[in-house]
Amino acid sequence: MDLKLSAHTPTADEIDAIDALLGATGEYDHRLARAGHDLRDQRHRLLPVLHAVNDRVGWISRGAINHIAARMDVAPAEIYGVATFYGLFSTTERSTRQVHVCVDLACQIAGATVPDGAHESPCLGLCERAPAVLLVEAGPQARQTVLAPATPVQVRALLDGGAAPDEAPAEVATPQVAAGADDLVLLGRVGVVDPTSLHSYRSHGGYAALRRAIEIGPVGVIREMLDSGIMGRGGAAFPAGRKWDAVARQPARPHYLVCNADESEPGTFKDRVIMEGDPFSLIEAMTIAAYATGCEQGWIYLRGEYPRARRRLTDAIEQAVAHGLLGDDVMGAGFSFHLEVFLGAGAYICGEETAIFNSIEGFRGEPRNKPPFPVEVGVFGKPTVVNNVETLANVLPIVLGGGQAYASVGTTGSTGTKLFCVSGAVARPGVYELPFGATLREVIDLAGGMREGSTLRTVLLGGAAGSFATPDELDVPLTFEDLRAAKLSLGSGVVMVLDQHVDLTAFVHRIAAFFRDESCGQCVPCRVGTMRQEEVLQRLEHGGPNASADRELLADIGRVLRDASICGFGHSAHGAIESAIAKLGVFS
Amino acid sequence: MNAVPVAAPTRLVDVTVDGTTVKVAEGTTVLQACRGAGCDDIPTLCYGDTLTPKNACRVCMVEVEGSRTLVPSCSRKVEAGMVVHTDTERVQHSRKMVLEFLGSSTDLSVAPHVADWNEQYAVDVDRYGPDRRTKAQPVKRDNELYVRDYEKCILCYKCVDACGEQWQNTFAIAVAGRGFDSHIAAEYDAELPDSACVYCGNCIAVCPTGALMFTSEHDMRADGSWDESRQTETDTICPYCGVGCQLTLHVQDNSIVKVTSPSDHSVTHGNLCIKGRFGFQHVQNH
Amino acid sequence: MVGLATVFGAGGGTSSYAEIEDTDVIVLWGSNAREAHPIFFHHVLKGVHNGAKLFVVDPRRSASAQWADLWLGNNVGTDIALSHTIAREIIHAGLANTAFIERATTGFDEYRAAVEEWTLERGEAVTGVPADAIRELAHAYAKADRGQLCWTLGITEHHNGVDNVLSLINLALLCGHVGRHGAGLNPLRGQNNVQGGGDMGAIPNRLAGFQDILDPSVREKFGAAWGVTIQDRYGWHLTQMFEAMERGDLHAVYVIGENPAQSEADKEHAVHLLAGLDHLVVQDIFLTKTAELADVVLPGSASWCESEGTVTNSERRVQRCRKALDPPTGARDDIQIILDICRRLGHDWHYGTEPLEVAENVWNEVRSLSPMHAGMSYARLTELNGIQWPCPHEDRLEPSFLHGRLWADDPAERGRLAPFSPVVDEPPVEATTDEFPLRLTTGRRLDSYNTGVQSGGFDSPLRWGESIDVSPEDAATLGLADGEWVRVSSPRGSVNAPVRIDRVLRPGLVFMTFHFPEQVDTNVLTIDATDPKSGTAEFKAAAVRIDKLVDDRASQVAGAAAGN
Repeated sequence: MDLKLSAHTPTADEIDAIDALLGATGEYDHRLARAGHDLRDQRHRLLPVLHAVNDRVGWISRGAINHIAARMDVAPAEIYGVATFYGLFSTTERSTRQVHVCVDLACQIAGATVPDGAHESPCLGLCERAPAVLLVEAGPQARQTVLAPATPVQVRALLDGGAAPDEAPAEVATPQVAAGADDLVLLGRVGVVDPTSLHSYRSHGGYAALRRAIEIGPVGVIREMLDSGIMGRGGAAFPAGRKWDAVARQPARPHYLVCNADESEPGTFKDRVIMEGDPFSLIEAMTIAAYATGCEQGWIYLRGEYPRARRRLTDAIEQAVAHGLLGDDVMGAGFSFHLEVFLGAGAYICGEETAIFNSIEGFRGEPRNKPPFPVEVGVFGKPTVVNNVETLANVLPIVLGGGQAYASVGTTGSTGTKLFCVSGAVARPGVYELPFGATLREVIDLAGGMREGSTLRTVLLGGAAGSFATPDELDVPLTFEDLRAAKLSLGSGVVMVLDQHVDLTAFVHRIAAFFRDESCGQCVPCRVGTMRQEEVLQRLEHGGPNASADRELLADIGRVLRDASICGFGHSAHGAIESAIAKLGVFS
Repeated sequence: MNAVPVAAPTRLVDVTVDGTTVKVAEGTTVLQACRGAGCDDIPTLCYGDTLTPKNACRVCMVEVEGSRTLVPSCSRKVEAGMVVHTDTERVQHSRKMVLEFLGSSTDLSVAPHVADWNEQYAVDVDRYGPDRRTKAQPVKRDNELYVRDYEKCILCYKCVDACGEQWQNTFAIAVAGRGFDSHIAAEYDAELPDSACVYCGNCIAVCPTGALMFTSEHDMRADGSWDESRQTETDTICPYCGVGCQLTLHVQDNSIVKVTSPSDHSVTHGNLCIKGRFGFQHVQNH
Repeated sequence: MVGLATVFGAGGGTSSYAEIEDTDVIVLWGSNAREAHPIFFHHVLKGVHNGAKLFVVDPRRSASAQWADLWLGNNVGTDIALSHTIAREIIHAGLANTAFIERATTGFDEYRAAVEEWTLERGEAVTGVPADAIRELAHAYAKADRGQLCWTLGITEHHNGVDNVLSLINLALLCGHVGRHGAGLNPLRGQNNVQGGGDMGAIPNRLAGFQDILDPSVREKFGAAWGVTIQDRYGWHLTQMFEAMERGDLHAVYVIGENPAQSEADKEHAVHLLAGLDHLVVQDIFLTKTAELADVVLPGSASWCESEGTVTNSERRVQRCRKALDPPTGARDDIQIILDICRRLGHDWHYGTEPLEVAENVWNEVRSLSPMHAGMSYARLTELNGIQWPCPHEDRLEPSFLHGRLWADDPAERGRLAPFSPVVDEPPVEATTDEFPLRLTTGRRLDSYNTGVQSGGFDSPLRWGESIDVSPEDAATLGLADGEWVRVSSPRGSVNAPVRIDRVLRPGLVFMTFHFPEQVDTNVLTIDATDPKSGTAEFKAAAVRIDKLVDDRASQVAGAAAGN
């Protein structure tokens, strides 16, 4: 296209980072030029290119954007619009070394403070070890490291240039493993298998499910999925088998598979534990999904703040490719499946299934209106399966043991086992696997009960998009149907246990701030509504004469968020706040 | 020889709007079906007849039976047997709130119809308090041809779409930032003369709130001389190149005060270039 | 117009803007539509976004070329060489549409023989475009189900402009890309009513409705309607008029809405001839440089906004212009001025009193004499936002493309077959030499138009005035800095202009516009070699030299410029 670029020039480092990804620039030809569709079809490389620049120099300058524009045939304003959407990118100059301190729910109640020079971060998904910190070091050897729990002294040391200590192994988040549990279906290999070794994975039953899948064929796999009754674990609880079936039947080609690994719901860290502790299982499950639904290309859309998961997955994919378990002829079975990790860049909204598509395609991660649904019109306009990591993890037992056997666990409406992310005032925070139908009390008991000195005040169930459960609701069975009846929701499996020490006002306020921060800004109800919601809460905090009118206004805001927002983010932005007011008496 | 392309056959479906059943072509939007059923008072802001619906403003929401949430009528396609309600309490509440959200954060004083809707839906922006965050900011005036008053911007995305792939393909502007801080910007919020802007004014043509305005209109409004009742609109053809763009000249006191093009014209679809939009100075000054 | 009329009998583009959106391959040849025809380019981009491949042939990597899937940067004036090479490749690859050639064309054997020498190697040697790129364009255009060829002044503003057009028409005939929806030939007119002017008979060989003045039945029809005898020979086109002035055969000229004193190539010579006339009348909305030479100046009104009438665009769409403004005191509608002159000359024509009534009555007279306009009443023109010709009937519209007849099974319906034109490649009249080593080509910028009489009035933020655009390589070789004033000379004269370094140019090629004649009189440099068939001058190819100004001169000029 006829780009008009400003006079700003890129530095040698920026050019190097960009060209390393896009290939070297050819000699300028005075007689012919190829651009057009071929060049513009590279748009999906925009986020990887922005990452490359950000990783190299720490921020994205005008000169860098000009170079990207010229190389990719994308206008600078467009690139700027994308770069400013994602929290991990900066379009103002900053240090090559940044310390991101999590201020989200679990870390807030763990007493996180943000010293001068550090950046505030939304939930880093390390809630079992709160408070958490992410250290980002840009340069030729860019590095991300996490530190949790992080003491103020340690944070200070990081800011002063110190190195982060080695991270604890993934299985510290799965106390059941340490306790010797042998009935774990999803977490069975975490802490047991060597997550960096394909051979270790195979010696622990890996790739038996794919072999079985190839035996029973795509139709057989989908039948097992349908028989299993498995509901998606991402929060919306849609029957996963029906989704697969719908994509498999779509005449339009190609089909695509996206694993939603943008785990960003405050209080959620289960997907991280699977990806770090048992990465090959996700790859095997995706290969089965691709085989069953006819997808030749897949992406793991991984949040940018999970450095270890990224390393493990990238490495696992390489090994799988080297052993013919990914690529043009998977397992010699004559089907092709290519898989790559696509790195998010700090936007909670990209966990919304259609926002993921825009992000992969190189655009701002704004959700799309539905219908059309992803199974018909998904990423690159093609039929697409989008499944959460945990949902995919269930594919292996479903294929191996059969859908009917799978369905015998749990309840009729909620089959199988569920991962719960337990954090807060319990003795042993972590990810716990229980069959559907267990109660909140059982979950808390499994986590060692309340921490010493703590009494249960309330449980945030389902995350910021969930709601508060009170002590008298501890015996509600944790199933989709029972929770719906109790006006609660399972969401992503967050069980954040709050004790008597928690400042509930500040906690609820943080939920409102989270939604205001993470709203993509596309639709009016959510863009303005999340701002107004926070403002009203601020006023209510200080009481005043208009409190009753303000409470009415808050309800009005919640109603329009739910009724008129484009996506699930807006629909759920008021739920937790509403329940805090109604059930906990906050702000009254 | 297939001399003329044959249009795909269209199937008709029954849709019920506020109790009236109408037959409309498959692929029609709910908004079109509603208008076809005689329901003409669904408000719209981000909808434009030359643009793909963005359904960002959410003021056109209606209730469709069986749908958990309200539905944006401008973009939702009809389905056989769909039952639509355009004026339920839920719909009215949603419209009121959207108008309050916009009115409490932006200046809608010159946006057509909004004053009427505010009355109709009992909009009260004062209840958001005096300390509420707004989009108030100085008017951007960085060239002679048009001004950008982003206090009036409701972020409908229409200017971005018109500047981008749907029409002009210049991509001088995009939505930057996120959430409440989202805004329309050239790269690094550069001024227009430092941007890729080619001053076609196709963004002005689609702006629903007057955030983008001819300098002439902006200044006349400022000094109180803007008076649409004294203006004529005359269609003619651009005097420059041989493409033949139809212009609508808006004339007040024998002076051209604004140039538009009909959105239903097969040559322009409402779009012009800098010469057609602004190149009329040589017939002014009398 | 001449080229299309020669082959098809109708001097109009064969396709429509909307069809560009619905095609498989678009070739823009000698056209920077992105800047010169921006709204047409919207349709091109719709086509591109719908999946069409875009090829752009242009010596410059222009704004349009930057959108292309493949840009071919040929040497200026090698268009016939390129099209013949493409043709040979299509023929040899077995991709010619033999069914269409047999059914609808004549002269193929002769054409095939004429292009046979144009191997890819020779094509590359002459045009400078790598053989692979030529082959790619040839195959893509020939294999496309629907192909569109569009051109502008880069094709026509040459001493052999008509032959250039004919060579492009050959390609369409070779592939059958004409007479079908989505496939066609589109000449983009440079000015808003070039098409209409010709259609109305404002050319030396046709009467309204593009009817040949040599046809006795046509002369008889018009003669009967007007009560006069119409001459049985062609008149002079503009270039021939200047030649006649030079010979002393033309003494008096009536110029309406043209500015030849600034727009003609080799303008010093043009001014000299105009100044030597016995009598010069200029009717214009401005006191142009030409008007300054006139004996009588008749202040006209702006036809597009101060009077009523019609214009015809590049897709043959006749559209109404309407009066939106009152003209300045003393300025009058062109029709009224002409009617008054006629009255003084003894012809009292009655078209009514109100401007709209007069215009409509004139138009209805056109409709009564021109079958292709017969169905276009003012009411229909208004209702339908203009109508494309031909429109012989008031009760229906014709297809949006021309020459569907060529595909007819019935030879009678097919009518006159379309002849191939075995035209011969000729280099530009003026070769570059050691003394004038640079090739100067000219064109337009987005925000300006012709000599700037109309476009100069508004404050365009995009405008920097005239410049001599040179490649970074040439700037380095010549030691030129961006913004530095230099002397540009051709065999005809010299001008001073600021340098603008522009990547879209290659070494040896420089570019200027003629939008700012008051500042830099580009047409001092251009050559007045013209095409004998169309009268169009070779604005696109002159040989020039760039000299640095000595220091004191440079500072003087720069100072003057800063003071402007």
